[in-house]
This record gives sequence, C-alpha cells and structure tokens, in this order.
Amino acid sequence: MSARWQAILWGGALVAAVAAAFLLPNYYLYLLGLSGVWAIAALGLNLLTGYAGQISIGHAGFVAIGAYTAALLQGKAGVPFLLALPAAGLVSAGVGVLLGLPALRLSGPYLAIATLGFVVAVEQVFDKWSTLTGGFQGLKVPRPSIGPLVLADDRSLYLLVVVLVGIMTWLARNLIQSPVGRALLALRDSEPAAQAAGVSLTRFKVLAFVLSAFYGGIAGALYGALVGFISPPDFGLTVSIFLVSVMVVGGLASVPGMLVGALLLTLFFQRLSGLRDLRSVLYGLGLILVVILAPGGLGRLPSLCRHLATQVRLSLIRRFSTPCPD
Amino acid sequence: MDALARQIANGLAVGTLYGLMALGLVLIYKTADVVNFGHGDMAAFSTFLGYTLLVLWRWPTLPALIVTLLLAAVLGVLVEGLVLRPARARQAPVLALVVVTLGIAQVLNGSIGALWGRQVKSLPPLVVGPPLRLGDVIVTREQLFNLGVGLTLALALFLFFRLSKYGIALRAVAQNPVAARLMGIGVNRMLAMAWGLGAGLGAVAGLLIAPATFLEPDTMNFVLIRAFAAAVLGGFTSLPGAMLGGLLLGVLENLVAGYIATELKAAFAFALIVLVLAVRPAGLLGRVTPRKV
Repeated sequence: MSARWQAILWGGALVAAVAAAFLLPNYYLYLLGLSGVWAIAALGLNLLTGYAGQISIGHAGFVAIGAYTAALLQGKAGVPFLLALPAAGLVSAGVGVLLGLPALRLSGPYLAIATLGFVVAVEQVFDKWSTLTGGFQGLKVPRPSIGPLVLADDRSLYLLVVVLVGIMTWLARNLIQSPVGRALLALRDSEPAAQAAGVSLTRFKVLAFVLSAFYGGIAGALYGALVGFISPPDFGLTVSIFLVSVMVVGGLASVPGMLVGALLLTLFFQRLSGLRDLRSVLYGLGLILVVILAPGGLGRLPSLCRHLATQVRLSLIRRFSTPCPD
Repeated sequence: MDALARQIANGLAVGTLYGLMALGLVLIYKTADVVNFGHGDMAAFSTFLGYTLLVLWRWPTLPALIVTLLLAAVLGVLVEGLVLRPARARQAPVLALVVVTLGIAQVLNGSIGALWGRQVKSLPPLVVGPPLRLGDVIVTREQLFNLGVGLTLALALFLFFRLSKYGIALRAVAQNPVAARLMGIGVNRMLAMAWGLGAGLGAVAGLLIAPATFLEPDTMNFVLIRAFAAAVLGGFTSLPGAMLGGLLLGVLENLVAGYIATELKAAFAFALIVLVLAVRPAGLLGRVTPRKV
C-alpha cells in the first residue's frame, strides 16, 4: 500500500472513531473504549513478541501494575490524571527492567513459563497486600479530570481512549520505523547475526521489555479510569492469554492488526459473557484454527486477498483467452 | 525440631503432587519439544472422566482406574493428531505452539464446565486407613501411597527412556526427527505415543491430587504453575529431576509458609523459576544441549 493510501485509511479510521462517539449508544461506547484499552496493551506486547520475538504470557501483570499505580496516585495522593497516567507507564516500565534482565538468559518456552509465573505472582501480591490495594475487594478509581474538566460520562471517557490510542499507535509506528525498531527485528530474526551487525543484545532485549511494559502501564491506568473499579482478578492469567490472543488473531508485527484484534475479541468476550463454557470452547477452537490455518492473523488479510485476486484474475485470463487460430 | 520435621513431611506430601504433575510436562517437552500449557486442563478432563466412572457410575476401583488411564491416553493421542500434527506440518514457531496449547486448555476447560458443571465435587481417596506415626510425624497412608507412585513412575520412565527400544526411539525423534525417520522410526506414531503417555501421567496426577484438594474445572491449573516450577527446578528434560524438583519445591514452599509468609506461595514459585533459570538454566539434573545456529 502506498503511503498516501495508508494516510487516507488512518485518517478515515480516526474520523469514524470520533463520529462513533456521537452516533452509538453508551453501552457500545463503553465496549469500544475497553477495546481501545486492550489495543494499547496489545500494541506493547506486539513490540515485545511480534517485533523483538520474546514470548510473554505475563503481560497482564504490567497492566495491573499500571492500574494500581494510577489508582493509588489519584485516590490516595491526589495526583491529577494527566500526571498519574505517565507515572503508571513509568512504574510499569521500571518493573519491565527487573523482568527484562533475567529474561535475557531465557528464550522461547522458558520465557513463556517465567512470564506465566510473573502474572500469577503479581496477582497474588496485589491480592494479599490489602492494606494498600484493598485486596480482593478491589479499589475504586476516581474519575479522571483534566484541569477543571471531569470526564464522568461514557462519551468523554471514550474520546479520552480514542486520543490515547491515537497517540500510542502513532508512537508505535514511528518506533518500528526507527533504528530501534530495526534492531528489534534483527534480534528476532537471528540473534547471532544481529550481534555481528553491532546490535547490543542486552540493551535491546531489555528495551523491548521496558517499552512493552510502558504500554501495559498506560493501558492499566486507562482501564481504571474507564471502568472506575479495579481488583486483582481483572488482570490475571486469563487477561494475559487474552492479550496474546489479540496479538495472534490481529497478526504478529502488525500495528493495525492489534486494533482490529482487540476490537473483535473484546466484542466476542462481552457478547458471550453469559455463556462461559461455550465461549471458552469457541475461543480455544478459534485460537487453534487461526494458528494452523492463518498463521499471519488478520493483519495478513489484505495481502492474502490481493494474492487470491491475482490468482482469480490469472485463471479468468487463461479461461477466456482463446488461442490464436492459425 | 519436631515442628521442622512436620513441616518437611507436609512439604514432601504436597511436593509429590507437584512432581506427579511435572512428570507429564517433562515427558512431552522431552519428546515432542512442546511446553504443554494445556496439561492442567487435560489432566482435569481425565480426572472428571475418572470421577464419572468411580463416583457416578460406581465402578469398582481397579477397572475404573484402568479405563480412565486408557481414555486419557486416547485424549493425548487425539490432541497430538488433531492439533499438534497440523501445526508441526506447517513448521509452526514456538509462539504458535504455545498458543495452540493454550487453545487446547480453553477448549477442554469449557468442555468440562459444559459436561460436568462448575460446582465443586469431591473424589474419594484411593487408599484409606488410619494414619501412620513415624517418630513425631504423622503421615496418612494416602500421602505415602502418592509418594510411592510418584517415585516409582519417575524411576520406571527413566529406565524406559534409557533401556527400552521405544524409549530410545522417542529420544531419537526428539533429537532429530528427520534422521529418526531415515532410521525407520515412525515419527508420527512415536509422538502420538509420547502424548498418550504424557496425558496418562496427567490423569494419574489428577486422580491422586483431586482427593487431596477438591475437584472443579480449574483444580489442576492451581497445581500447574507449581508443576512448571518443579520441572524447571529439575531441569525440564529429566524425569527423576521433575519428581525431585516437585519434592524440593513442596518442602521449600512449606518452610517459606511456616517461617516467612503463608500467603505468597505463588510468588515464591515464580521467584524460584526466575532464579533457577537465571543461575542454572539446566536445573538440578538437566543437561544443556547447545543449539545449532
């Protein structure tokens, strides 16, 4: 796709997202807002897994840390939302360094196991540290206010999410096209080759963790603002697996894929929330089928369509072009 | 002193269960090169089948156990043939394999909920009788039985892989599938066998764990994270290591709970995983195989 078409599509998506705020009923705005939150978290996970090739099934841990940081800063210390939001990202990124350093020595399935342990541990710590976090009873999060403006209704909260999704998407796209992004890609494709080309393994692997943790923290702060209430199970292993699914369904290493994937899966989960067992079976089958039949996810759909269209055109040409009579 | 002895005894009892669960994980990783995140739900599904035979249909114990283990093996073979074989045919990367096993977990968890409901059930212990006194420590017969089963299975599987023709063939498949095929080993058949065995081990673990805890769709997932820690501690490729890792984890966890903080057991398991992987990635009994670049 040419740069102009991409710009038109992104612009169109933004216009549609803003128009939706005035056209859709509140419940759908809430669902769209939630999709936006998970899209931000998935964008971060995608930097780590899709670009840097490091598997994490513990990403909800970072979302939890961001959510609690923002909630406590706003609720207990009276910090305004516009400061609490980046603070949540930074605290989460700090923990990302702590997890990224031991992760340097791990690869593939071992990293998956360690990050699985991470999310379970984070959930338990927030659950038991009840003097600060309210434990399993959860924590009320104050409505975000920007200056004198308090965002209390669904529409303004949704617009806040749209703005942040826009900023985070733009950042992710720029990052990927920067030397940092190319270094991450090089690491994913071959660590020895990347090192031989002068990419520092230590620095960029840890950086990938830090960046994705920052995204997770921002998503967490936004989740608290949107829902108004957080408790440890909101960010458990299930959510981690959900984020991995968003990434796989949306397509690894595809930025728009994360937005579409988060939207589809959030709607799926909310619409079937009353049918837990059926949802679980369909969800699992869906994951297996996507991985086996469409390993590129939805992000590869445009190129797949183009490929199919070419095939059809070729076969039509072959069918209808009569050989020249002698 | 006797307090410490009791802590250790309790730790060994719990650790046995972790070790049993870890055995199946290690077996599948060792042979099929897949970390099976669906192991918990596969074990739970088999345990529910056992529950149906033993409790609902009131079959006598021995035939019920045998049929349960056979059904579990069939489940393992089906999972391999229907899900992992197509993934393998497409040379799926590690992430895809992780996601596929997570998908299996979801499907089975939902199926258990749909077939048996989500109410908590109880499974009677396989061994009953008055508890035994060993010095100051009191242990139940069930705990001793579990420990015996765990150690026997670990040893038997270790010998199976070392000495038997099938064990050696399984190791060959794990090492190099192409070369194994050229030596006349049916790779698909061997992998089906590995998954059948792994699922059977999961069923054994489930049938022994469920009476000690309770039975509901997520029972085994509580144990799974500890089983991962146990397997990592033991080196992830060593079957006796998995059992040893389980026992060690159980004891350490109980000591932490007794002397430091009761409520941070999962956090402890995580810390242990990270520590072991960072300091000694091959675990206690594992061996490092350098990967070709």
